[in-house]
Amino acid sequence: MKFNDAIFGAILLALGIVVLAVVQGYPGIPGQQVGPALFPGLIAAGLCVCGAMLLAKGWRERHAAAWVRLGDWAASPRHVLSAALVIGAVLFYMFASERLGFLPTAAISLLALMLAMRVPPGRALLIALVAALLIHAAFYKLLRVPLPWGVLMPIAW
Amino acid sequence: MVFEPYTILVMVLASLYGLFVGAVPGLSATMAVALLVPVTFFMQPIPAIAAMVTATAMAIFSGDIPGCLLRIPGTPASAAYTDEAFAMTRKGMAETALGAGLVFSAVGGLFGTVVLIVAAPALADFALNFSSFEYFWLVLLGLTCAVFITSDRPLKGMITLLLGLLVACVGLGNPAGFPRFTFGNAEMTGGIGMIPMMIGMFAISEVIRFAVDTLPPGEVVVEKVGSVLSGQWALAKKYPVQILRGSLLGTAVGALPGAGADIAAWMSYAMSKKFSKEPEKFGTGHVEGIVESGSANNSALAGAWIPALVFGIPGDSITAIVIGVLYMKNLNPGPTLFTTNPQNIYAVFMLFIIANIIMIPLGILCIKVAKRILRVPRNVLMPLILLFCIVGAFAINNSLFDVGVMLVAGMVAYLLEENGFPIAPAILGVVLGGMLEENFITSMIKSDGNLAGFVSRPIAASLAAVVLLVWLAPLLKKLWLRGRRTASSTAA
Repeated sequence: MKFNDAIFGAILLALGIVVLAVVQGYPGIPGQQVGPALFPGLIAAGLCVCGAMLLAKGWRERHAAAWVRLGDWAASPRHVLSAALVIGAVLFYMFASERLGFLPTAAISLLALMLAMRVPPGRALLIALVAALLIHAAFYKLLRVPLPWGVLMPIAW
Repeated sequence: MVFEPYTILVMVLASLYGLFVGAVPGLSATMAVALLVPVTFFMQPIPAIAAMVTATAMAIFSGDIPGCLLRIPGTPASAAYTDEAFAMTRKGMAETALGAGLVFSAVGGLFGTVVLIVAAPALADFALNFSSFEYFWLVLLGLTCAVFITSDRPLKGMITLLLGLLVACVGLGNPAGFPRFTFGNAEMTGGIGMIPMMIGMFAISEVIRFAVDTLPPGEVVVEKVGSVLSGQWALAKKYPVQILRGSLLGTAVGALPGAGADIAAWMSYAMSKKFSKEPEKFGTGHVEGIVESGSANNSALAGAWIPALVFGIPGDSITAIVIGVLYMKNLNPGPTLFTTNPQNIYAVFMLFIIANIIMIPLGILCIKVAKRILRVPRNVLMPLILLFCIVGAFAINNSLFDVGVMLVAGMVAYLLEENGFPIAPAILGVVLGGMLEENFITSMIKSDGNLAGFVSRPIAASLAAVVLLVWLAPLLKKLWLRGRRTASSTAA
């Protein structure tokens, strides 16, 4: 996914301005000239300058480069689905793992991803289950990471 | 410490892991380290470092394998000579190409290690006298190098550097202890976790890239690979200068902050062609460039550890992660590491030597089973890597917030790289932001806000001059070129 440099420039310029505005409210340190606002303020000023330069560069090239150019994948539903599922799987884990538990969350995510990436269903199901159990064993038992049990709490091992 | 059975076992496992990750296209050496961190988190310091050193050395070598057999580099560090290696394979010389990659990887790695052993303690001794002024300029020099020397787009490099520095500002960890950019979120007062961020930038971004990759997978053209070691001695005798030059350049590039094995390989391949007696043969399946850049990329790995151990300034993105791990293990990098814990430093040197020696037998083994590794279905592998990333990011602090950090970092890194923004300066900014600010503020307070104080000590002044020179170099070059053009036009 490619954007014209002017878009990045505008975003960076805006970010720089917001940061500059935020650090104005930071307190000074009594008896000193330098406070917590100085360093981020300098960075934000730099971002403003660089953002403006990039904006100008992108604007000059606006006829040569499209504002947004999607990759070949955008025309292929399978690739769009795969990419969405990669991001979706992480979000799903963040919001569902506590309640659902590690094992079901992991197995469902793996299965969905592999199916979207065209792994045969039978094999995908087997790998999803085995891999979820293996990773669980490695991190929960060996490394003692408290992965949540969720709905499987009654049969926790 | 190094020869304990546990450490040896870790090294062997890490080697196999590194060889595998390097040989699978789309999985880089940096990703290998990022994925190792959650596991090494639970180890003693020496085995943890051992795992990272061996895995990276192996991965940089084995990245040559798919380059040679599929014309797809296994890691970015092999990209410089992938076409050359594949052309050799087409000519039926796959063994020689792979063998040269293996043997001269080990040679380059050992060379870089020797430089590390000699240079690091000496530099550390020198650095003991550094005050905040020197450190400020040194960090600034490192960041400057990352932007101007190692990237062909200084403006975009500058931007990712600033973004990295800004991320480093988040949280309480600043000289004033004031919570910045936390949005009232308790998790953010501790700052953005470096490890989840690295896992995102180097692993999640690759998984996304795979998901949207529409290119068909490569086909293996070779049926059988013969003896890889035969003829390598003859090559070593034929190209001693090239080996030395590649290793030297590689170590130097590795030691420069921000530039790692991939840039070392590109530069030394170009150099090899420039100084070759038969430059016309380059690109047609000629081994000379592989010998030189193959030693360069492995020597860069060791070179990158020099500034990392002595100053805490990473030489490449791999050592950026390593520095994060060293802090977690209470082995804070810096000159005092050499005086208070010298046994740890010698153990690291030892690990490098062992890793580069066991690379040869294990590498041969890996080449033998290469066809099977290349056939590993990536559509199964990538979902597994994704799950491993999630669990790994979670395991560092048992926090789902870190999983979110990983996701955001991965998406941002993917988007930036797609649009030609270099990632290395961002990593350096994140790793060095705190150090830069601390030394800057300390120096400001010491000199009472007087900027002249920053250049009143001789070493600080010299470092400042170098920084200024690097900053002005692009401008001076432009002026010089313009001057020459006008001179030649008036002469005509």
